[in-house]
Amino acid sequence: MVENRPLLRLVTHLVLILGIVIIAIPIWLMLVAASHDGLRMLQVPTPLLLGGRFWENFVEALFGTGLEGTATAPVWLMLVNSLIMALSIAVGKIAISLLSAFAIVYFRFPFRMLCFWMIFVTLMLPVEVRIIPTFEVVANLGMLNSYAGLSIPLIASATATFLFRQVFMTVPGELVESARIDGAGPMRFFLDFLIPLSRTNIAALFVILFIYGWNQYLWPLIITTDQDKYTIVMSIKQMLEVAEQTPQWNVIMMTALLGMLPPVFVVVVMQKLFVKGLVESEK
Amino acid sequence: MQERVIFKTRSLPYLLVAPQIIITLVFFLWPAAQALYQSFLIEDAFGLGSEFVWLENYQVLFADSYYKDSFIRTIFFSLAVAITSMSFALILAGFADRVIKGALVYRTFLIWPYAVAPGLIGAMWVFMFDPTIGIFTYLLHFVGFDLNYKLDGDHAMALVILAAAWKQIAYNFLFFLAGMQAIPRSLIEAAAIDGASPLRRFWTIIFPLLSPTTFFLLVINTVYAFFDTFGIVHTITSGGPAQATEILVYKVFNDGFIGLDLGGSAAQSVILMFVVILLTVLQFRYVERRVQY
Repeated sequence: MVENRPLLRLVTHLVLILGIVIIAIPIWLMLVAASHDGLRMLQVPTPLLLGGRFWENFVEALFGTGLEGTATAPVWLMLVNSLIMALSIAVGKIAISLLSAFAIVYFRFPFRMLCFWMIFVTLMLPVEVRIIPTFEVVANLGMLNSYAGLSIPLIASATATFLFRQVFMTVPGELVESARIDGAGPMRFFLDFLIPLSRTNIAALFVILFIYGWNQYLWPLIITTDQDKYTIVMSIKQMLEVAEQTPQWNVIMMTALLGMLPPVFVVVVMQKLFVKGLVESEK
Repeated sequence: MQERVIFKTRSLPYLLVAPQIIITLVFFLWPAAQALYQSFLIEDAFGLGSEFVWLENYQVLFADSYYKDSFIRTIFFSLAVAITSMSFALILAGFADRVIKGALVYRTFLIWPYAVAPGLIGAMWVFMFDPTIGIFTYLLHFVGFDLNYKLDGDHAMALVILAAAWKQIAYNFLFFLAGMQAIPRSLIEAAAIDGASPLRRFWTIIFPLLSPTTFFLLVINTVYAFFDTFGIVHTITSGGPAQATEILVYKVFNDGFIGLDLGGSAAQSVILMFVVILLTVLQFRYVERRVQY
């Protein structure tokens, strides 16, 4: 920094470490709860240090039939469902947004601006404000309790379309000309030039959208009634309700831990792309 | 917009926009229109017929003290979430901006809560603050504070605010840090040479120059608290006790799916749409964005 103040430097590191600790307390307590047996977690005060049953709880949560007295699917199946949903949403959003951004930037056609504004309006219609009619549409289409119902209604994306539009607009016109002279049609240009050129943007957006898809709560909650299609994030509420009668905090916390692991892993490992995606998409 | 090189194929662009437009029409615009239409209807108790009543649902809503309470509660909730989360993030970013060694490590450990699902955060909070076994309930008991969020509405509200703010720290931190790093070093060095202390530099140079970021984050956090906190409220309190944490988004869900008051719920949806439109306009009108129109 600008000046040398050893004391201030010490305070800086202390504050940051304190911040990290405050942020990490919930996760630590989760880890602790997930490593003890169910009975120990009912004795007040609950432990603050790791116990020795982490592996047993892991196996029980992942492959067991869930909690006693619940109607949830086994956790591994819910993880698979969440993964399918998150991947379909991320890939779907990126695919249709690339296509529509390509159409809007590289073609002039009647109703072009209408299309643009229709896509823009979706920004203002989060699923929370139109749940019941959207639910009715999905029900009428027979898409309840299906992977299609879980993902397709969420894949329209104004943000992604605008982002790719910006990226495409920076591509020099000379490139298009030369591709055309070499005999490339529009789709060839799209596949061989535009997609490779927007590779990092696609990857950054993918990280953000994967997290978005994985963490969906309200939507899977209302459109799945069949436990084979439950996602891990939405089923935790049911487990908590059962916990009122027969609390098994070790299994619940292990399940929650498994449910947060994939997106957290993605953020930590692909941190650079994550930050890029977050700043670029700005919602 | 500058003149662009374009392709001249006639039908291709329609095929390209078709998937996006079809999904937008079927799952966004049509349901939104339905919500608008339903908000003018009152269904009879058996769901067999409905009557067109113009604005009666809205009149009922505005006369309903529960709805008014929920509106005020939501505004309080979003402000509390935004201020708590942003101040915490600002302090952390202010210090992180000074760090040279280990900056990446700090960042990694500060941003991961972004990835945790609201529903799972709810589970974590229920566990930590459970009236019987929660570790924080136990600790607070020692200092003479009896926490019971299942009975006390204020406790429930505080808990939901904390949980929602906790998740948003990561986002705010990243944007504050990016904003601080965009401030020219020469400005800060000049102030330092003039003898301004780090704290003084923060308040007279860094914080004022951050105001676009702060405003942007205020809008984003409000949108987040209004619409993305359903999972947190649903898992921790289910809107209770006695509607103490029933924010607007929760009320739409509760009145529509549980109470089956379709007209009333649709009217609430329409009002919420206006809130989103207002916030979006605010964001586009006053916040500098990289997207040009």
